[in-house]
Amino acid sequence: MAEGVCVITEFRDGAFRRVSFEIASEGRRLADELGGPLLAIALGDGVTEVAPDLGGYGVEKVYVVDDPLLKDYRAETYVPIAAEMLESIEPKVVLSAGSVDGKDLSARLAARLEAGLATDCTELKIEGGALAAKRPMYAGKALAWCSWSEGAWPQMATCRPNVMDCLPPDTAKKAEIEKTNVALPGSNLTLVVKTEKEVGGKLDLTEAETIVSGGRGMKGPENFAMLEELATLLGGTVGASRSAVDSGWRPHADQVGQTGKVVTPTLYIAVGISGAIQHLAGMSSSKYIVAVNKDPEAPIFSKTDYGVVDDLFRFLPVFIEEVKTLKSTC
Amino acid sequence: MDVIVLLKQVPDTETKIKIDADGKSIDTSDIKWIVNPYDEYAVEAALRLQESDGAMVTILSMGPERAVEAIRTALAMGADKGVLVDDPATEGSDALGKAKVLAAALRSMDFDLVFCGHRAVDDDENQVGIMVAELTGIPHLGMAVSIEVADGKARIERPLEGAKVTLEATMPALVTFGGAHAVWNPRYASLPGIMKAKKKPLEQKTLADLGVSPDEVGAQAAKMQVTSMGLPKERQAGRVLEGDTDEKAKELTRLLHEEAKVI
Ligand SMILES: Cc1cc2nc3c(=O)[nH]c(=O)nc-3n(C[C@H](O)[C@H](O)[C@H](O)COP(=O)(O)OP(=O)(O)OC[C@H]3O[C@@H](n4cnc5c(N)ncnc54)[C@H](O)[C@@H]3O)c2cc1C
Ligand SMILES: Nc1ncnc2c1ncn2[C@@H]1O[C@H](COP(=O)(O)O)[C@@H](O)[C@H]1O
Repeated sequence: MAEGVCVITEFRDGAFRRVSFEIASEGRRLADELGGPLLAIALGDGVTEVAPDLGGYGVEKVYVVDDPLLKDYRAETYVPIAAEMLESIEPKVVLSAGSVDGKDLSARLAARLEAGLATDCTELKIEGGALAAKRPMYAGKALAWCSWSEGAWPQMATCRPNVMDCLPPDTAKKAEIEKTNVALPGSNLTLVVKTEKEVGGKLDLTEAETIVSGGRGMKGPENFAMLEELATLLGGTVGASRSAVDSGWRPHADQVGQTGKVVTPTLYIAVGISGAIQHLAGMSSSKYIVAVNKDPEAPIFSKTDYGVVDDLFRFLPVFIEEVKTLKSTC
Repeated sequence: MDVIVLLKQVPDTETKIKIDADGKSIDTSDIKWIVNPYDEYAVEAALRLQESDGAMVTILSMGPERAVEAIRTALAMGADKGVLVDDPATEGSDALGKAKVLAAALRSMDFDLVFCGHRAVDDDENQVGIMVAELTGIPHLGMAVSIEVADGKARIERPLEGAKVTLEATMPALVTFGGAHAVWNPRYASLPGIMKAKKKPLEQKTLADLGVSPDEVGAQAAKMQVTSMGLPKERQAGRVLEGDTDEKAKELTRLLHEEAKVI
């Protein structure tokens, strides 16, 4: 009988991505409620070395396949291995990352296993011995609770990065490792032609703790230097409204909103953004929201914790100095 | 070359969502419907291949009768023909159910490429296209922000957290389109386009036409369902800071540091 929880980790460039620890922490909590083990699947090139560390987040056993062919995520290699592992370990609940690759992997797995998959979940709980998942719809304009049909196996969910609480790791605890060698398909694979790192190691918006976004009020691309400076001071990254992206001031990957990234940072600072419904949909779940806008009637102010009605070109330089002073004293 | 675009009709992004009396879905009584924006990018990408390579572009949608309008919009943009799978038995399908219907429809058609949106901005599931690739047994190139097709291969660029990746797969392949409006700048339907669209072939199909048993789809086959739906807690409009610029800057810094403890 299926029991326990299995998390599918995401390993890249020699390390687990943070979301793996978030889902492991969440998985631990669910496994305790369900009363079964917490297991993990770790696939990658060189993943064996770090796999035991998952124990720090409560994982009991990790099923590892370590192979150079698994350096990059590819459905043709990852999906058959993960599907086979899930069929043999039979967990009741499967959690994976709501990341670019995690979404591909989990949707393919769900189709292969004939499973139900709740994507981008923001809250999970156990109800009557089964998983229940909360997920935003309409870019967060509505929230739905989902449940799995009687007998549906496994109950699969992906978690949005940055949402689930990550336990502080207990570095003394190590997970048991079970290494498997599998014959990987070697031909006709999707070809990873090249991978170019973002310059300056820019954090992805979906994973940033602090986002400073600019809109049409920024007047031009050159003025985003102020936002870059502020974001760097705060250890965050820069986002943008669609108007700023449409104007060619910012790259498309910076767009926040219903047709851009849906973000959940701890702090979101909107500068020169009016707060159109499509923009609000993408950032309303941020923990704290600040807006700087010269128009006191701008709709963004209905969502802010702290509103600053001022000309951004006057306010930002002064605010940046204040933050610098604070940072130098503490 | 045959390109099939999977296209979904969704509520206008301007829509203020209201929950239906059933407590499990949204009230659709006065909604304006549009083509899912990401599917519009997929249509644009397909039409560029129509121009450069003479690709035949077919729009495939599953939905109620009103979805004809969304197909017509894509035909007016320049797509060649449309297929709507409209069957009441599909109602209540989960992502897998929808993917099974679309995959069955694809089996009855010729294609080299299947284009999808990376997500539909209604349920935001981000899985139907990927599942169709799995059920069809073809590669999936996800979240494309560019595409090139040559020598039986499709090559895309996609963002990956903190990086940009170039992927290539042999055709037939399924591509989901990401990026933003600014990347694809989908064309508008011109007036002559709208006139021509009225005469373009638009076929309607049922599950029986596709050889899909009604037991495989719909609410009773769904592995997962929505049990309740609500609106997010309204954020309370917080404080608007008082004073001159210096005072506001000082106060904001203090609040973020001492009250919110986020800097
Ligand atoms: C299908 C569809 C999808 C969309 N998806 C998205 C999306 O994902 N994300 C998104 O953001 N938008 C999206 N939009 C666009 C959205 O409707 C708005 O047009 C857009 O968000 C407005 O951007 P903005 O706030 O930067 O510009 P504006 O609405 O023009 O606001 C600029 C603001 O700057 C303020 N300002 C100007 N000068 C100053 C100054 N000197 N100091 C201080 N403040 C100043 C003004 O008071 C104003 O409030 C979408 C639209 C459609 C139709
Ligand atoms: N009912 C549908 N008809 C046609 N295509 C669909 C349908 N539902 C989803 N799709 C396609 O799958 C993509 C992802 O949808 P979703 O998984 O619902 O976010 C969409 O952008 C469409 O290309």
